Amino acid sequence: MKIIVLVKQVPDTETSIKVGDKSINETGIKWIISPYDEFAIEEGIRLREKHGGEVIAVSLGPDRVVEALRTAYAMGADRAVHIKVDNYVPFDTNNTAELIASFAKAENADVIIGGRQSIDTDSSQVVVQVAELLSIPHVAFAVNLEINGTAVKATKEVEGGTQTIETSTPVALTAQKGLNEPRYPSLKGIMTAKKKPVETKSTADLGSPVSKIEVVGLEPPPPRIPGRKLEAADANAFAAQLVKALREEAKVI
Amino acid sequence: MSNVLIVGELKDGELKKISREITSAGRKIADSIGGKVVALLIGSGVEKHAPELAAVGADTIITVNSGEYNAETYSNLVAEVIKAQNPAVVLLPHTSQGKDYSPRVAVKANAGIVADVVGFSVDGGKVVAKKPIYSGKAYANFKVNSPIQIFTVRPNSQEITQKAGAGAVEAASPAAGDAKVKIVSTDLSGGSKVQLTEASIIVSGGRGIKGPENWPILQELADTLGAALGASRAAVDAGWISHSHQVGQTGKTVSPNCYIACGISGAIQHLAGMGSSKYIVAINKDGDAPIFKVATYGIVGDLFEVVPAVTAEFKKVLG
Repeated sequence: MKIIVLVKQVPDTETSIKVGDKSINETGIKWIISPYDEFAIEEGIRLREKHGGEVIAVSLGPDRVVEALRTAYAMGADRAVHIKVDNYVPFDTNNTAELIASFAKAENADVIIGGRQSIDTDSSQVVVQVAELLSIPHVAFAVNLEINGTAVKATKEVEGGTQTIETSTPVALTAQKGLNEPRYPSLKGIMTAKKKPVETKSTADLGSPVSKIEVVGLEPPPPRIPGRKLEAADANAFAAQLVKALREEAKVI
Repeated sequence: MSNVLIVGELKDGELKKISREITSAGRKIADSIGGKVVALLIGSGVEKHAPELAAVGADTIITVNSGEYNAETYSNLVAEVIKAQNPAVVLLPHTSQGKDYSPRVAVKANAGIVADVVGFSVDGGKVVAKKPIYSGKAYANFKVNSPIQIFTVRPNSQEITQKAGAGAVEAASPAAGDAKVKIVSTDLSGGSKVQLTEASIIVSGGRGIKGPENWPILQELADTLGAALGASRAAVDAGWISHSHQVGQTGKTVSPNCYIACGISGAIQHLAGMGSSKYIVAINKDGDAPIFKVATYGIVGDLFEVVPAVTAEFKKVLG
């Protein structure tokens, strides 16, 4: 079974973000693998452990994303591929999906799996766009997955509950929390990951898609409504003040 | 044409609020670029919702009769309508369902897409879409440079404005095609009564609620307000409530008008999921908890005393 795992490198949530004109200032940013992609890597490795084959971790971006691929190696990926994009527009899901679909097609992958969204742009687009580009089925928000031969049975989160579906490989999935518990990279894994080769693909190798998105500009978040702590003698007095504030000042209830 | 196509969403045969939100947003865009608002509703007996959409600005409501939702067939139907209507702008809900089918629509329509948009303006006839990035620590503005511009819109981000459109109803029967995914069963027993991501009020609990036996205290407040019940990661990881209630980085991103955080300290991962809430109320014993930094109204106190008192007070004033 050939499994492609999509790994996106994002700023750590605790990192402060300095807004530039059309991109952020990357100085001092700590980079991590987007948390939902960790579920995807784990699921890819579990599928390989059960069915054999190989797990190919793929990351798109500038040279720094190789670090994320080393982590995927340390967790147990068999191959790592860096789709090198220097003038990277990290928001253009169409372009990202086209490059990944081009790679996945050449590899003839059985399973393509990524996180349900990346925590930097929250778009939830790339994996399903890849599925559409390859004319294969997809399962969004997967919380359980069983594959037997080419038969796929999966449970996905839907509004208000879950749904069980059946389809067949090749298939694309987005990993939701609950799918598994990602393993920590072993010390041995970390050591050997440093020496493993990372393949590089250029946009020219994969078809040089033209961007359909233009970043007009970045800005800091809008200021919050200033807050205040309520002062009161007891719970009932707090309650009376809060209800009055929400109804007469905020007018939200 | 400079028309705006909006795709409505239904739940249990009712029109969701997001449908009226995106129709209102679509009306404003259409008025700026000189086009009409065409609303698309897919489902069974959907024509009965046409007046609701006409009241918020839909000029035409296209109805498509269809059975159970399936991302593949649904995206085919939407793409066929896009092909027939050739709109300049398409607005889709950034809901569970929207995230499931919108990527396929964008590819089929050969259109650029910006997802999770919270604000719109128009510049030179093109839409400029604003979306939070990096957990709301920055906002980015985008233009889409393909002939069709597609946006998915975050629930609760658009004001509903009453502005009557013509409201003409047209039935269409585009080709649905086949789906490779077969739905075997659906289990809706584990979810909350009010959908978290679209709720305008959320009552949320964290480690401070001390155990699963105390949810009824928050549930009663939620029921009183018609609010959804949320939870922090700490409460979910402790096994006190299912993950479907989790708000935050590895849970749901929410933007309600009012978020009432009870016994939640406010880790940055939690703030990432609820930081765009319009008004935030924090009830916590620890006055130094980070949640107070974002709270519009902070109460330093014992939630087991304060929350029931708040519930009683609301019951009094709401009758």
